[in-house]
Amino acid sequence: MISQLTDEQRRRWKEYREFADRVIAPAADAIDAHQEIPRELIRELGEAGWLSAMLPRRWGGSAVDALDYGMMAEELGRTCSNVRNFVAVQDMVSDAVSMWGTAEHKRRWLPDIATGRRIAAFLLTEPGTGSDAQSVRTEAKDCGPEIVVNGTKKWISFGQCADVFLAFVQYQGQHTAILMERDRPGVSVTPLNDMLGLRGSMLAEITFEDCRVPADSVLGHPGSGLAFVASNSLNIGRYSTAWGCVGLAQACLDASSKHACEREQYGKPLADHQLVQQMLADMLTRCRAARLLCWQAGQAHEREDEDSHYETLTAKYFGSTVAAHIASQAVQVHGARGMAAGAAVGRFFRDAKAMEIIEGTSQVIQQLLGRWSAVAGHPSSLDATG
Amino acid sequence: MNGFVHTRVHDFIKPKLGGRSLSDDDDIFALGYVNSLFAVQLVRFIQREFDFELTSEDMDFDNFRTVDRIVRLIDSKTGARTTPEGRL
Repeated sequence: MISQLTDEQRRRWKEYREFADRVIAPAADAIDAHQEIPRELIRELGEAGWLSAMLPRRWGGSAVDALDYGMMAEELGRTCSNVRNFVAVQDMVSDAVSMWGTAEHKRRWLPDIATGRRIAAFLLTEPGTGSDAQSVRTEAKDCGPEIVVNGTKKWISFGQCADVFLAFVQYQGQHTAILMERDRPGVSVTPLNDMLGLRGSMLAEITFEDCRVPADSVLGHPGSGLAFVASNSLNIGRYSTAWGCVGLAQACLDASSKHACEREQYGKPLADHQLVQQMLADMLTRCRAARLLCWQAGQAHEREDEDSHYETLTAKYFGSTVAAHIASQAVQVHGARGMAAGAAVGRFFRDAKAMEIIEGTSQVIQQLLGRWSAVAGHPSSLDATG
Repeated sequence: MNGFVHTRVHDFIKPKLGGRSLSDDDDIFALGYVNSLFAVQLVRFIQREFDFELTSEDMDFDNFRTVDRIVRLIDSKTGARTTPEGRL
């Protein structure tokens, strides 16, 4: 892995780590405890170019490539999964607006999302619709110069504080994306607090009751909601999550290694006990393997490989599975301290579980990869990306 | 209809259907054998194979539902002049 980095990439990665350690890490415990991300921190992320980072500079982005984006996501995941999730959600929405929005959509929303002045939320799941994203029931109907929306979305990250929603609805009988402001009659937001993990992600249930939006709120074409808009956005979310899992795993490894060197039992450090060494070796190996899969996914994205989304799925599936396993081992290494209130590894353990569910559950991804396995090429094939 | 374009599009889609047959007017997505990721793969294949960029205006899902519609889209963007080399 190290041999694949250029000197410039290594320099930038160090900067990303330093920013995360200085700005994000000190806030992580409080974000989890108080279940919110402070607006000041969001603005700081915007000022430092961490929001909409892959977008062109004219839209407020930093024009980073997929590999740098991954490094940034890893450092966010290492320090605070809630902040990593926040950045991912903003990027999912801003990418959709930049790809499918009108000039007016872009002008109105992209600069504000990139600076953190306005917060976006991605509204796909519903009380009755999770993995089966095709079956959204929220309905949008034409009504003269407006569209009227009725329905409920649930488990929406940052739904508590979002100013703009990218919502997926049935419009003219087809799966369609619409962009809508929160501040409209007929919108009600119910906080969903005390989640097991990602407690600082400010989840909400959002209900639309005869909510009227302008007819030009449709993003892209009717019928393109899932196949194009959501599919592309979810790919960003999965890619960010995959790298974030590597960061979370690295944080677990760092904490466990440190604890194992400092804590003594039977007259010697834990790190000198073979069964602890076994756990640390397992954590190290899996974390590095997950990082390599993420790097491969980033390279596939940069090459615009037709199978790049599958590379991302592979990285997300492995990364989230690894993160959950490593976080469990980290608590084990710490013993009772790992279970104490406020223990960082306890937060990692809870957040890691969420990674196996968000942006596509492990089971859904296994289905997709299982089918792809029949056509996924071998590295020796000229057409293969693996 | 450009025969070369038709063959390339058909040859790209067919393996994704697990050996099932495909008519030119079959709704590929309604058949139930491809998932939402396939649309993105299809777009990338079209842009790379025929060397042009699809605009947001082109990204009407209906343009990608059948082999016939995909070929019509490609022909409209390349002026139906695509050769076996995939270039104008």
